[in-house]
Amino acid sequence: MMEPAAYLLLSGILFGIGVVGVVARKNALIILMSVEIMLNGVNVAFIAVGSHLGDVTGSVFAFMVMTVAAAEAAVGLAILIAIYRLKETIDITELNVLKW
Amino acid sequence: MVGGILDYLWLVPALPLLGVVLNGAIALFSERPLLLAEAGHEEAGHGHGDARGGDEAPAPYRKLVALIGPGVVGAAFAVSLLCVLQLAARAPQDRLFVQVLFPWIQAGGFTGSAALQLDPLSAVMILVVTGVGFLIHVYSVGYMSHEKAFARYFVYLNLFTFAMLTLVLGSNYLVMFVGWEGVGLCSYLLIGYWYEKQSASDAGKKAFIVNRIGDFGFILGVFLLFWTFGSVDYTEVFARIPALSGNGTLTTEIATAITLLLFVGAVGKSAQIPLYVWLPDAMEGPTPVSALIHAATMVTAGVYMVARSSALYMLAPVSMGAVAAVGAVTAIFSATIGITQNDIKRVLAYSTVSQLGYMFLACGVGAFTAGIFHLMTHAFFKALLFLASGSVIHALSGQQDMRKMGSLKKHLPITFPTMFIATLAIAGIPGLSGFFSKDEILWKSFSSEHGHLALWAIGTLAAGVTAFYMFRLVFMTFYGESRMEPAVEKHVHESPWSMTVPLMLLAVFSVIGGWVGVPEVLGGHNYFEEWMAPVFGHGAAHEAAHHPAALELALMAGSVLVALCGIALAYYLYRVRTKKPEEIAEKVPGLYDVVLNKYYVDEIYDIVIVRKVVNGSIWLWNAFDAAFIDGIVNGIAAVVRGAGDGVRRLQTGVVGNYAFSLLLGAVLVVGYILLR
Repeated sequence: MMEPAAYLLLSGILFGIGVVGVVARKNALIILMSVEIMLNGVNVAFIAVGSHLGDVTGSVFAFMVMTVAAAEAAVGLAILIAIYRLKETIDITELNVLKW
Repeated sequence: MVGGILDYLWLVPALPLLGVVLNGAIALFSERPLLLAEAGHEEAGHGHGDARGGDEAPAPYRKLVALIGPGVVGAAFAVSLLCVLQLAARAPQDRLFVQVLFPWIQAGGFTGSAALQLDPLSAVMILVVTGVGFLIHVYSVGYMSHEKAFARYFVYLNLFTFAMLTLVLGSNYLVMFVGWEGVGLCSYLLIGYWYEKQSASDAGKKAFIVNRIGDFGFILGVFLLFWTFGSVDYTEVFARIPALSGNGTLTTEIATAITLLLFVGAVGKSAQIPLYVWLPDAMEGPTPVSALIHAATMVTAGVYMVARSSALYMLAPVSMGAVAAVGAVTAIFSATIGITQNDIKRVLAYSTVSQLGYMFLACGVGAFTAGIFHLMTHAFFKALLFLASGSVIHALSGQQDMRKMGSLKKHLPITFPTMFIATLAIAGIPGLSGFFSKDEILWKSFSSEHGHLALWAIGTLAAGVTAFYMFRLVFMTFYGESRMEPAVEKHVHESPWSMTVPLMLLAVFSVIGGWVGVPEVLGGHNYFEEWMAPVFGHGAAHEAAHHPAALELALMAGSVLVALCGIALAYYLYRVRTKKPEEIAEKVPGLYDVVLNKYYVDEIYDIVIVRKVVNGSIWLWNAFDAAFIDGIVNGIAAVVRGAGDGVRRLQTGVVGNYAFSLLLGAVLVVGYILLR
């Protein structure tokens, strides 16, 4: 059994990359990908801690997160396609009509 | 003791209430749709006035209303009569019957029951209210036959009768107050019956507001009464007087305060100085209303209330003095105004104020019996005077100005003699009802221990003035040359039987109504005083005993002489030298104008009170309501709106900003949890 510290570090790095991607990028597709990275960073932490504690709950939870991620990706991509058909762009700075 | 017909005493007020319900249903479901439909068709509504002409065939519901309206009051009269006869069959000291209908208000130690009380005093009152009221209802059927809102009129009239009977039959001050307010409301509704007319609706409001001032005093008086006695029931309050005066709870000061506050209410309701101004304006209402409410019944409610509270008034000499003084001053003051008025109904209105002054004068000198006696006889002859004047107005197609009448004697063979009898009665001609009651008052105001020579002198002088202005009215209306407009003169006609029969009946009562109270000095027997004795005791009335009979006779002859002088003067000025009144008026233009304009009391009130109140209200409206109250409300709204205006800038529409604030939020929450 490895110490979970390394896994948690990896998890944190993945999550951080995801956060930066979500906040900094303008391409909606990249943002969706960054969200996936964040989710998977969390998955790494779940599995590592679950394995360390000898509890399957962590793994089960990871599956749950993957399911949600899949659904999110499907809906998100569908919205993106709809936006693209309407605006011919997926640059989020252009999509700012919903304001005061 | 349970007493046969007396158990049905509740029917007396309940029957007119039934009339209200039935006529109200007819007014709502039959008459109102008709009126609304008509209003929709007609472009311009034509003017209303007393007795307009109309040829359209009467709607069938009118017959029903004409049956129900007087019918229920007649039935109430029958029940009243049976109840009073039953009461009279008892021994004098047992003549008190209280019927508790239901407990109304129970709070802590306070119990207010909806209960009726029949005793000699309320017996006289219900007989007058239902008896005279019935005749006036019958009269109204004829008088109001051309009116469109026929059912509405009878709803109000029945409601008034109900309220008035509640007032006089209530066994405590609370029920009396309910009736008191009820008659005030009906008075307002009926004065403003022709509400399309600005002056009528203004007069209604004036009556209502002036009465409010009095009612405020009345309710304060009842509060103080309850605070002192712990009860508002007549029997309990009066029974506790000896004990409470004994232990010092009921001082003269408190009794004075209570009675003066109650008297403020009486002054408002019974149109005494300074609150009499509403009554002359109330003549805007239909004439039968003036007869019923503003002559025979409602305005006497104040006298009834003072008489009902006689035991309290007897404890407060100051209040007695105030009542007598206000009554005497009102009697002479309004009588002088009556001399100069040219509107036939206004003369009668000031006459009513003056006669009510007499009743208060009687109460103020402790002669409550005489006051109620005059209340009764006045109800007969003043109702008759109003109804007869209504008949005159009806005959002249709505003309009320006496300067445009004259020589009506031959045209109105029934109205004239009945009105003449009433005039003789009010003038105090011996043998007629007014003589006995007025003379009783004058004698008591002289002989009673509360009396004073000045009160007697003022009363006698007012009697002379009364005789003068009443005969002036008769001479101007029925005698001399016709001053009618030609178009009107063609249509002069005697009224239908539904109007003349009540006139004749009231004329009979105006003659014989006083015979129940013939003073002993004239060899009669004062049955009325004997009947009232259980309520008032003999009290001040028996103070008269040590005055010689010759003095009483001399004073009586004196007041008759004064009345005859008034009549003679009226005859001289309005029959012999008909130019003379104008000459006199021209000789003293200042005085004449002052009296003609009713001593400018309305104008003075307007400047001193009304305008100040109006201006104050406008100031409050602008400074307090509009600026302060609305300022708070609008201020809160402005703050919220401004805050929203600022905060909504956060909604940038840029997804990146949202993502960043999401992150920031997550960091803050996690940071808080970690650093906690």
